[in-house]
Amino acid sequence: MTTRDILHETFSALTANKVRTSLTMLGIIIGISSVIVMVAIGQGAQGSIQANIQSLGSNLIEIFPGAQRSFGYSASAGRGNAQTLTPDDATAISTQVANIQDVSPEVSGRYQVTAKGTNTNTTITGITSAYAGVHNVQVNEGQFITDADGKNLSRIAVIGPTTASDLFATGTDPIGQTITIKGMPFNVVGVTVSKGSSGFNNQDDAVYIPLQDAQLFLLGKTTYLTTLSISATSPDVMTQVQNDITNLLLQRHNISDPTQADFNVLNQASIVSAASSVTGTFTILLGAVAGISLVVGGIGIMNMMLTTVTERTREIGLRKAIGAKRHDINTQFITEAVALTVIGGAIGVFLGWIISYTVTALGILQSSISTSSVLLAFGVSAVIGIVFGYYPARRASRLNPIEALRYE
Amino acid sequence: MIEVKNITKKYVNGDNETQALRGVSFTIKDGEFVAIMGPSGSGKSTLMHILGALDTPTSGTYHLDKHDVSKLSDDELADIRRNRIGFVFQSFNLLPRATALRNVMLPLIYAEMPEKERMKHAKAALESAGLDEDRYNHMSNQLSGGQVQRVAIARALVNNPALILADEPTGNLDSHTGDIVLGTFQRLNKEHQRTIILITHEREVAEHADRIIYIKDGLILEDGSGHERRIINDGKRKSGK
Repeated sequence: MTTRDILHETFSALTANKVRTSLTMLGIIIGISSVIVMVAIGQGAQGSIQANIQSLGSNLIEIFPGAQRSFGYSASAGRGNAQTLTPDDATAISTQVANIQDVSPEVSGRYQVTAKGTNTNTTITGITSAYAGVHNVQVNEGQFITDADGKNLSRIAVIGPTTASDLFATGTDPIGQTITIKGMPFNVVGVTVSKGSSGFNNQDDAVYIPLQDAQLFLLGKTTYLTTLSISATSPDVMTQVQNDITNLLLQRHNISDPTQADFNVLNQASIVSAASSVTGTFTILLGAVAGISLVVGGIGIMNMMLTTVTERTREIGLRKAIGAKRHDINTQFITEAVALTVIGGAIGVFLGWIISYTVTALGILQSSISTSSVLLAFGVSAVIGIVFGYYPARRASRLNPIEALRYE
Repeated sequence: MIEVKNITKKYVNGDNETQALRGVSFTIKDGEFVAIMGPSGSGKSTLMHILGALDTPTSGTYHLDKHDVSKLSDDELADIRRNRIGFVFQSFNLLPRATALRNVMLPLIYAEMPEKERMKHAKAALESAGLDEDRYNHMSNQLSGGQVQRVAIARALVNNPALILADEPTGNLDSHTGDIVLGTFQRLNKEHQRTIILITHEREVAEHADRIIYIKDGLILEDGSGHERRIINDGKRKSGK
């Protein structure tokens, strides 16, 4: 039989019972489209979380005081209490470690912030001018904190857009307004550009004041830092920079055993990979749930093919009587099953694409369809056709022509 | 040329053994029109299955055009059926959703004949079977019983077989249509020198053939032409003509 003949036979067989064919196909359509949508949502979530982490700053390495800890313990009370990082460490790093773009010493803590009749509890970060470059922060209006502001102990603040809307009525220009932190008035000089939530903290809900102000007024004449943020010159040198910083600080703090370090160096890549592994698991979970419906669809195909083989027993007998070999019958039924799943798969991919496009367009969830998931879906549907078509086709091809012709 | 020598067929079903054929021998020359006749249970269906290469005998040999068909595998039997045998069934067995032409072309599809030639052969076969040309593109479920059987005969002819096997071809037809169909077989035999074996339980139908082989209980009882039919007692020796 030529390919053309097989396709002709398949077409006439599938169109003979359109309702049954379309219902069976529906199983595969639902299975494939849900796999496409679920994987798209998983990958979309992964993409947006990664983008948000990247927006914290590029090639970022952060050093926290306190004992060694791994990512995921951010709620640890150790942060801010341990007094092991100093501005001198910052200077040493910037002068002695190679491939460093900028070093941003920071202190931060949560305080109650009040403005005329309103108040909010937010993160106050004491920063230098380097902060903007290291963390990709830009001012939307007004100006950013300069090094001179720190030296002069100017009581100025730059606030995030969320904090601005929390504290000031809509329509009020926050710039020039006064906010009070721990009893000290600060003059708002700028509002930052919105960056959105990273999934861990909202970067738009923040107040930035000069580092020296924070050390003096909020922490009480201390010179310690709660965070040292460092940007490396390129992603390739991250490991080198991280290792060099660790060694330098161990040496400066007179610590010989690295496990006893009184600071903790985290690089952005490890944060991204930690987040990716979470969303990756999430994607696999969603895909697996959708995959179950695909298997159910495949069983539907098998069910239909078995019914078809029984119904067409006489036809199979006749085909064998006029010279069809096992192979011919086998090919014909496998092709029918594969045609069902591949056509169903194509419709499913299209439907899945429409659903995830709609979900993204309506802003319900972020989703992204990759070519690989589309190809995979097609491959999987073809394989399902072969797997679930195999048994019925084998049964058909092994029918005894005499008994098949006698079948009522 | 068909040579059947001492064929037996035994069916084993659990502890039950059924001896369907007990040693059947005969020769059919090219261009003969033979009826195999017998009551139900006589073994004539079993004989037809063996002659049609649908089944193989338990013992004995069957030569079709010098090919020993008695010991072939399933796929080799399929080859024999594809190239040398045309079937006409009592219940027609046409594909209902295909046109008359498509039905006739079906054996050629399995014989892997190029598409253009198929059409030519199918039309020629339908013409010899006597179907009106305006019916060629009708779906087979829109044809009358007589027309359907002509399509089935054309399908049996189309691969130019050494042997046409007709199993109760008039069983589902009224007597008038049945006569027309039998007339078609006679014409194909006389005008086109086709070898035809007609299996039937009705003597009236069998009379259309030139020779009748009468089977009962797995043995040949009579074998001969309408005028000089010879009674065979032991069933193991073929008749002289």
